[in-house]
Amino acid sequence: MRIISGQTGVTARAVFIGMMVPVVLSGIVVRAGEKKLITIKGSDTMVHLVSNWAEEFMKRDPNMELGVTGGGSGTGIAAMINGTTEICASSREMKEKEKQQAKEKGVEVKEVVVARDGLAVVVNPKNSVKELDMQQIAQIFTGAYTRWNQVGGGDEEILVFSRESSSGTYVFFQEHVMKNKDYTPKAKLMAATSVIIESVSADKGAIGYVGLGYAMAAGDKVKIVAVKADANSPAVMPSDDTVTSGRYSIARPLYLYVSAKATEDVSAFVDFCLSDAGQAIVRESGYVTVKK
Amino acid sequence: MKRIRKEKIIERSLQWTASLSIVIVICIFVFIFKEAVPFAKHPGLGELFGTRWVPVSPQKESFGLVPLISGSVVVTVLAMLLTIPFGVGAAVYISELAAPAEREILKPFIEVLAGIPSVVIGFFGLMVLVPLVKRCFGLGTGLTAFAGAVLLALMAIPTVTSISEDALRSVPRSYKEASLALGASRIRTIWRVTVPAALPGIMAAVMLGTGRVIGETMAVMMVTGNAAIITFWPFDSVRTMTATIAAEMGEVAFGSEHYRALFCVGIILLVVTFALNLAAQKVLRRYRMG
Repeated sequence: MRIISGQTGVTARAVFIGMMVPVVLSGIVVRAGEKKLITIKGSDTMVHLVSNWAEEFMKRDPNMELGVTGGGSGTGIAAMINGTTEICASSREMKEKEKQQAKEKGVEVKEVVVARDGLAVVVNPKNSVKELDMQQIAQIFTGAYTRWNQVGGGDEEILVFSRESSSGTYVFFQEHVMKNKDYTPKAKLMAATSVIIESVSADKGAIGYVGLGYAMAAGDKVKIVAVKADANSPAVMPSDDTVTSGRYSIARPLYLYVSAKATEDVSAFVDFCLSDAGQAIVRESGYVTVKK
Repeated sequence: MKRIRKEKIIERSLQWTASLSIVIVICIFVFIFKEAVPFAKHPGLGELFGTRWVPVSPQKESFGLVPLISGSVVVTVLAMLLTIPFGVGAAVYISELAAPAEREILKPFIEVLAGIPSVVIGFFGLMVLVPLVKRCFGLGTGLTAFAGAVLLALMAIPTVTSISEDALRSVPRSYKEASLALGASRIRTIWRVTVPAALPGIMAAVMLGTGRVIGETMAVMMVTGNAAIITFWPFDSVRTMTATIAAEMGEVAFGSEHYRALFCVGIILLVVTFALNLAAQKVLRRYRMG
């Protein structure tokens, strides 16, 4: 049984490392304790933006330490309800049910719109389709259309890519574009926006949706489709202007949720996000500002 | 007198640490069942036999486990079809044919393969394997059950090889010597004498490998596309039970139907892997030689 004994050695080491982890971690926590720590959790779409805010905020106030994690809006809201995060970043509005749940746990939440985001519908650059109307997009994602020639493209199967159901983008897209219908069971649910970009750039028949900031950053890897509000409307490309003016159909507000009894530091951070400097970061990060 | 008491204390605490895993297994079973049981009352166990897994829906949520189970089955069967020839073949070569120097090189590498974190394997799969599968088979996308199975095979092969090799080595020398003395060739001896003699051990190895494959999550989640459809075609995308739990556990509201349904999925996984491990141990114990 030589191998088995070899594994015991490995296990022993793993146990040792396992025991060391809490020691090291507690060291970090103690160090952070000297600074004031705020945790922000939620939307993957907003992670990039929130980290940029946090970095700038920490630069301005070296006593603050902000921990930013993603996981999806649903994850952030759950954390807010369970009181494990001070700030929740969400790309969808908190549902009534969730607000109720939070109240039951003694958390009164305050909602702040901090930026706006257009959702870009992206296809493979080799795809000949340039524009789609909302109806067509809905039909594609519900699985009513399965081939590209049904919407004016080549004779090829449509491969639908979506985010996982924990994503705020998933819910927003379902409510806003698909009129609350279910996604086709054939939709491939991907764990991250970056994976959707990768897949759409690799697979010719693919279609997916991602935040405007991500679509812009992806450059030539994917093609952004112009969207028509209905069959007779003009096709509109998503951009700062078209999102702010409301001409682009698939746009949404981005929220920060904080407790109504938030500490001064938390409020200071929210104020910073809404300040001119904060909104400049919104623009730099590829999102659309709340104020003109 | 004092010394004896001290030793007793040490002995007791060691006993306690040794039994800890039993306590933990029981705790896990109790906890998982406790969270899942309310699902039986509402919406009822019948819901689990449905053919649609739509946990988030403004229309009607459905918690049919059939697509998830079929997804896990497809991926597992494919992975084992790949694992068995490679894993057992490698074990035969290492234990019976390789020169000692060769063995010293091969064995550590196989063990290293076992130690690679599954996320890293998943990353490799996403970047290298998925495009390769797509190109080789002329598919629309490489995010398929097949890609997941290949990655899982990579993870199961070391387990199967190590344990099979053990089994092959413990076949008494006298068996082989008798066969060779009767004039059988080396290869013939391996296939007709050594491998059959070690078969129970190899079977146990395969069962343990299967257990690992069913329970694996991260790599599978990254490359199978996670579409909850019922299919047995290797080049469709599938959603496995493990990936479902991992992807959805983060957002469910505690105590909701969706939350309970995920625990039901957990129970199925737990029972299957538990049964496999138990069976493998039984087989190993009964036929353990030398």
